[in-house]
Amino acid sequence: MRIDGKGLIDRGTRLGFTFDGHRYEGHPGDTLASALLANDVRLVGRSFKYHRPRGILTAGSEEPNALVTLHDGAHREPNARATVTELFDGLAARSQNRFPSLDWDLLAVNDLLSPFLGAGFYYKTFMWPRAFWEKLYEPAIRRAAGLGALSGQPDPDRHETAFAHCDLLVIGAGPAGLMAALTAGRAGADVILADEDLRPGGRLLSETLEIDGGPGVDWADTAVEELEALPNVRFMPRTAVTGAYDHGTYGALERLPRGPKRPVDCFWRIHARAAVLAAGALERPVGFADNDRPGVMMAGAVRGYLNRYGAAAGKAFVVFGNNDDAHRTALDLADAGLHVAAVIDSRHEARLSGPFDVHAGAQVIGTRGGRALEAVVIRHPNGRVESIAADCLAMSGGWNPSVHLTCHMGARPVWQEDIAAFVPPPGAVPGLIPAGAAAGVFSTHGCLASGAKAAREALEVLGITAAHAPLPEAEDAPYAIRPLWLVEGKGRAWLDFQNDVTAKDVKQAAQENFRSVEHMKRYTTQGMATDQGKNSNVAALAILADATGRTIPETGTTTFRPPYVPVPIAAMGAGGRGRGFAPERLTTSHAASLERGAPMIEAGLWFRPSWFPRGGETHWRQSCDREVRHVREAVGVTDVSTLGKIDIQGPDAATLLDFVYTNTFSTLKPGRVRYGLMLREDGFVMDDGTTARLGEQHYVMTTTTAAAGQVMRHLDFVTQVLKPGLDVSFTSVTEHWAQFAVAGPKARELLSGLLDTDLSDEAWPFMSCGEVRLSGIAARLFRISFSGETGFEIAVPARYGDSLFRLLVARAESLGGGAYGMEALNVLRIEKGFLTHAELHGRTTAFDLGMEGLMSRKKDFVGRTMAARPGLVDPERERLVGLKPIGPVKSLTSGAFLFEPEAEATRENAEGYTTSVAFSPTLGHFLALGFLKNGPERLGEKVRLVDHLRGYETLCEVIHPVAFDRDGGRARG
Amino acid sequence: MADLIAKTPCAGLLPFENGVATLWEPAPVPMTAIAPYRGRAEALSEALRAAHGLDWPGPGETSGEGAARLIWFDRAHGLLMGVAPAPALAEHAALTDQSDAWALVRLEGEGAAEVLARLTPLDLRESEFPVGRTARSLLGHMQGSITRLEPRVYQLMVFRSMAGTLVHELTTAMEQVAARG
Repeated sequence: MRIDGKGLIDRGTRLGFTFDGHRYEGHPGDTLASALLANDVRLVGRSFKYHRPRGILTAGSEEPNALVTLHDGAHREPNARATVTELFDGLAARSQNRFPSLDWDLLAVNDLLSPFLGAGFYYKTFMWPRAFWEKLYEPAIRRAAGLGALSGQPDPDRHETAFAHCDLLVIGAGPAGLMAALTAGRAGADVILADEDLRPGGRLLSETLEIDGGPGVDWADTAVEELEALPNVRFMPRTAVTGAYDHGTYGALERLPRGPKRPVDCFWRIHARAAVLAAGALERPVGFADNDRPGVMMAGAVRGYLNRYGAAAGKAFVVFGNNDDAHRTALDLADAGLHVAAVIDSRHEARLSGPFDVHAGAQVIGTRGGRALEAVVIRHPNGRVESIAADCLAMSGGWNPSVHLTCHMGARPVWQEDIAAFVPPPGAVPGLIPAGAAAGVFSTHGCLASGAKAAREALEVLGITAAHAPLPEAEDAPYAIRPLWLVEGKGRAWLDFQNDVTAKDVKQAAQENFRSVEHMKRYTTQGMATDQGKNSNVAALAILADATGRTIPETGTTTFRPPYVPVPIAAMGAGGRGRGFAPERLTTSHAASLERGAPMIEAGLWFRPSWFPRGGETHWRQSCDREVRHVREAVGVTDVSTLGKIDIQGPDAATLLDFVYTNTFSTLKPGRVRYGLMLREDGFVMDDGTTARLGEQHYVMTTTTAAAGQVMRHLDFVTQVLKPGLDVSFTSVTEHWAQFAVAGPKARELLSGLLDTDLSDEAWPFMSCGEVRLSGIAARLFRISFSGETGFEIAVPARYGDSLFRLLVARAESLGGGAYGMEALNVLRIEKGFLTHAELHGRTTAFDLGMEGLMSRKKDFVGRTMAARPGLVDPERERLVGLKPIGPVKSLTSGAFLFEPEAEATRENAEGYTTSVAFSPTLGHFLALGFLKNGPERLGEKVRLVDHLRGYETLCEVIHPVAFDRDGGRARG
Repeated sequence: MADLIAKTPCAGLLPFENGVATLWEPAPVPMTAIAPYRGRAEALSEALRAAHGLDWPGPGETSGEGAARLIWFDRAHGLLMGVAPAPALAEHAALTDQSDAWALVRLEGEGAAEVLARLTPLDLRESEFPVGRTARSLLGHMQGSITRLEPRVYQLMVFRSMAGTLVHELTTAMEQVAARG
């Protein structure tokens, strides 16, 4: 029911929304919860375990009951708390965890079985038979116990992450937070004021408190106006600070109203030199029988819905509390002309006068009703039991300061007897100063003073002086409370509404010797729901303390962990979907390759063409075989720009290379290229490639595509740590040069028309390099070959890459060749026994690869000593060989194991494995590279290849790894 | 003999403009990585001043405001932009042509810093990152170079091969900042 004349919402504008398909109306400024209450919707959900009917309990982000699913189709968002869901026109919400409907839920039968389903039930019941847990019990329990579900479709909403920086982060925009922000903002500090609510003001929005003689809300509005006019203050509404991390970093979740292309949320990482925690306090329930019936609400929430939203949570109210603050609810309700049937204050000394009955020293011992509250049962001090008709019970067990963020770095809160609550320990998070209710200060005056003081303290550390300004005038009433955690009696007294944990469960945990608060939590699941026990932790541990004969401080709290409120994974991983997952590295020939229909394969972050299909080719093998023939018989062109290229210069360039490569580069003459092998410190092979000497002190090193970054890091490590005295510098030039391999018997013919240089074997012998000019552009030419044919690699500044690739391919085609892709490149190198990271996989040594000859004995190099370990030069090791099929099955697979022909194919008998396979159109059969025990000594022997994964086996002959043109005559020309 | 046609890294992708900022690709300029040899930093500085009127920049600094600019690039390198290096510099430092190695764009406008706040953890407040500051940092998932050229103009650089990703990340951030209204 809406109360005229109350509330801060825009009653002049109507917003239509639906809940479970029923149409309702609300107003701008409403939350879904306030709009539902205004429409007298009391039953909003079913509980997690027992499927008990539940209504709205709170008015904040701590809400355990009113979880709903928002939006339809792929936009669906489960587990939204109605209490913080901003109402907009067209909002569609549905209840959760019920079948077939909220009113008639079949699994409510669980509630009848509850005597059997208490704490530890799962642990005791589903132990046997063991295999049933994963296959039967867990899936069944998960189906029955529930939260909402995602749509299962890709998320069409946008999400965002962002960074922010400030001098002072103020968390919470209630009286303490606003005062802190004003103090710091006026002093000129860079301030971020973040509040999880859509409107600043905190409790001032929900109370009828006065500041400076006027409504507190007006003061808050004026304060925000002043703050927004300050260029050094940034106000972030709808932003919940979720975690405190090292070095002044805070996580924060901002929820945004929906709009085109607008992210629905943004996960902020805020770096603040100092912070003020003005997060307020959370009201705690009291445990009594059937305290979870829809209509039983927090007292502060009941008056909040009235004062802020003009929404009456019922028609007849009973207020039950153990502190003076609860009295405000009765007074505000009565002021608004609502019927307050009674105020029950458990304290004998309580004094309150108003147009209602006050029962001091009485307690609520139960509730009546079905899916909605109908009556409250109370017990007077003299033992008399009375039933009072009411449809809303406003309860208050006191307030818990929101200490959560102060405990995110391992600190534990301390118990403060006079307010019967935990408060932040001093210095818990460096630079974070608690203020206001979060620090256990509950009066309005106290909050304002505490906020100003905290800001001044924080600024002092930053070297900023804030002027003392007079504080606004406000009430300074003492907070009087006498602890009441549980009203003993028959029936279930609920503590953790979200996970359906009762006071009895906690006592049972203690009885079964789960006496530590951490054990009790895990045994009962108290505090393990998405509200993280915000409503139940303190009461649960107080009951545990009582059950175990300890004090509350002795019992202690469980660990507070981020995030303070649930953060969607979509927000944390924002931007990481689809193309945002990783950067795409495209070669300069990418567009031209796509135009030719080449499918792309990802090599690290690079995209490389797999093959270039031509008309009539229906299978990749046809294209690949043709491209191999082009290279072997005419000429092929491929983009090799993705290989790492490192420019190395300086007086000690040669010394560095001699140290990082196993073989010698100081003896290489300028204008020549040499193949080199690089080891890790542990003696295993790291990478290989060619390095060209361009000048006396100038080399350009080539790495494999896969290890380019690793080699760069390695060079950094070597020059900074192992050989810090070297006068040498290096720069990656991978991206500066577009480099293309031109390979085949007609390679020279292709290039000679383009370059102003003589390409004869005498002028450009195999493994030479130098500067050339191409269409007037300075280019580099390398006579190297990864195909085994006459080969050149030509490099031009990348801006010309696209143009040169098109030109080279056109010329190759006119010579009977064409572009070739990764598949053909792979076949060509397997035919030649050239290696890639399939073979240099991190567990192979130079010895395994048959390259022990490249390990110089005349100098030291990285990995030399470790590579000499006896186990690494044992002939029994699995060493590089080639294989060809000789049995009836003519194809080979990589990743298969090798066995003696008669041996059983078991792990113990494995003698090696294959790493690379290809069909060789040149030789007319499959070829493999692999590693075999004693391999080089077994050429001509037969081995059995077994691929257990693919269910495949064949007989092979061990052959030399270089299957084609073993003396290399074709490449040398 | 056919002429080769030059293409810039962001050809066909930019400019992009919305109410928040403008993203565009300036005409390519010469870029040279300069790494002083051991003990030659001072001599290099003098040669730089003589040849280009530029000082060797300390960490996070840039030198020069005109066509020629020298920006700190990492522990060992400065990046000379806008002018070909004088041959005399080669005596004191390794010079490596990087003219084609980087995709270089400018982001400018009232909302430029807000757009960058979606992609880089750098503190871009005036007090921490005034005009003339430069940093190597993250741009989304890429490592890049960020320089503040004017109060609302930033120069952004990533590997040339990542130009498409750079444009995608920046235009997405621009759209989302604009959509906040």
